[in-house]
Amino acid sequence: MTTSNLAPVKSTVARTAGRNGAPPKRGRIRGRFAPYLFAAPAVVLYVVFMLIPVLYAIWLSLRAYRLQSGGTFGRRVEVFVGLENYTAVLSDPELLASFGRMAVYGIIAVPLTLGLALLFALLLDVPAVRAKRFSRTAIFIPYAVPGVVAALMWGFMYLPSTSPFSYISEQMGFGTIPFLEGNALFGSLANIAIWGGVGFNMIIIYTSLRGIPAELYEAARLDGANEFQIALRVKVPLVGPAIVLTTVFALIGTLQLYGEPMTLKPMTNDISQTWAPLMTIYRDAFLTDNLPAAAASSTLLALGTVALSLIILGIVNRKKFGERA
Amino acid sequence: MTATTAATAVPASTTAGRARPSGRTSGRMSWGAAIPTVILVIGAIYCLIPVIWVFIASTKSRGELFTTFSFAPGSGLWQNLGDLFSYGGGQFGSWAANSLLYAGVGGVVSTLVSAAAGYALAKFDFRGRDLIFYSILGGVLIPGITLAVPQYLLLSELGLAGGPISVLLPSIISPFGIYLSRVFAASAIPTDILEAGRIDGASEWRVFRLIVLPIMVPGMVTVFLLQFVGIWNNFLLPFVMLSDQGDYPLTVGLYTLLAKGSGSPALYSLAIIGAAVSIIPLICLVLFLQRFWRLDLISGGLKG
Repeated sequence: MTTSNLAPVKSTVARTAGRNGAPPKRGRIRGRFAPYLFAAPAVVLYVVFMLIPVLYAIWLSLRAYRLQSGGTFGRRVEVFVGLENYTAVLSDPELLASFGRMAVYGIIAVPLTLGLALLFALLLDVPAVRAKRFSRTAIFIPYAVPGVVAALMWGFMYLPSTSPFSYISEQMGFGTIPFLEGNALFGSLANIAIWGGVGFNMIIIYTSLRGIPAELYEAARLDGANEFQIALRVKVPLVGPAIVLTTVFALIGTLQLYGEPMTLKPMTNDISQTWAPLMTIYRDAFLTDNLPAAAASSTLLALGTVALSLIILGIVNRKKFGERA
Repeated sequence: MTATTAATAVPASTTAGRARPSGRTSGRMSWGAAIPTVILVIGAIYCLIPVIWVFIASTKSRGELFTTFSFAPGSGLWQNLGDLFSYGGGQFGSWAANSLLYAGVGGVVSTLVSAAAGYALAKFDFRGRDLIFYSILGGVLIPGITLAVPQYLLLSELGLAGGPISVLLPSIISPFGIYLSRVFAASAIPTDILEAGRIDGASEWRVFRLIVLPIMVPGMVTVFLLQFVGIWNNFLLPFVMLSDQGDYPLTVGLYTLLAKGSGSPALYSLAIIGAAVSIIPLICLVLFLQRFWRLDLISGGLKG
């Protein structure tokens, strides 16, 4: 049976294979090592550039340098110190403060990014809306702008001497707007993330919306639902998986906060060298040469990301299995 | 224009009209189109403002930058362009070339590696498959950026840190790209075709090259674009890895330019024109390739 089904020569295979009904039972695969060879480059790179660095960081975080006196080049000796680095890092007020700042920033940036992305995606999906192509493309453009360049552009739009907003408010007699000072800094940094993130997330949610069969809306309309109710009660639950995915991406993005505050740093005195956790890690690793502390903070940051993502994905999976049951 | 809005709205309103007073129905429909349009256009303007601003600001001479209204074009465009490309003996040009090299080569190799792995994970049954898949899936959750420091330490132990290779190699592995490739391979490649190829006597490599790769092109374009943009936009990895200014990509180069500029605002106009010039190619690429994206892969993947 298998042979008769698969007799057609290669050139016609693509067209006929689909129509042959039930897929034939898998034949004997000649190259038993084939899948390993195909997966090998990815696995090797994964092990070398992800697994080993993670393990290395963990190992490093359990050690410390101790200075052994002796001459001008006091020998530095590595010793095992257990969780000492973690307790040191966790009781470092500067690092804790930087985690706090990142949390404030994330609480502003993540919900607004996702909320706006969802709003725009739902609006794009309203049939009567005009200027769709223009709006969709324009909102997507920031995705093409690197975070550092985005921070640079917004930075100049915040800087009192070049800001168009401050220019207008000065002309109106209100003086410059302190975008880069005090608490406004959180909003200003979050704005850069929102600006850069809305478009990509919007497209993901919008693509997911386009995949919903139109009959579902018809059914809701027949039941007397208006467009707003359909959006809220039918569309939002159906694009749930896409929203979850974008939430995870947005959270991971928040924890990686680095380039933007680094770029704005020369423009204001209110961003310290340890403003964000990754900035502290960079300082520990390269400026103060305290690698174990950097490794411990990196590990904590990565653990935090994985934990947060798993919590979100766990909630989703429970819902998904609930639906299947 | 209003007439066409009303005309297109008719079919939809007839069904909904039964439930509510007809007077409100026509009002609701025009509002229903106008308000969303206005909100979307406001969103579009918000997203375009910084881009428009940076292009206008890049036409200003140093004096004009701080004195004239932001959205008024200046007269210094050619001067600024000249300054930009002659800065540090043409460093900007080499930064751009480096960005293209890292993102282009890294993107292509990463796409091929991801496609091969995704195909193996989707279409073969082999020992260790689940272990490999779930390990890689876990890798999606580890922010690449927190790996940069340990990656640097490791590469410097191997004596590889400092040069372009130290940016290229870690960029190739993309757990998300592998995940997407697997989703795409599982849905797009019929098992029959593979079997037919094997029965015709093709080796596994030939099957992959002549049957699998052509089918996977749409998925690979998506993975390539995500990787290209991701590598192009990356800052921390090259910032940590590279020691020679000549190896910098645009992101790190512009950052150093701005960091130096804090002392002398003369470099501000350089940073602005640099930002303007550096975003043109990527915006063009994204606009041009937008239609080839299969972003439904990303949102569809989670449906399981």
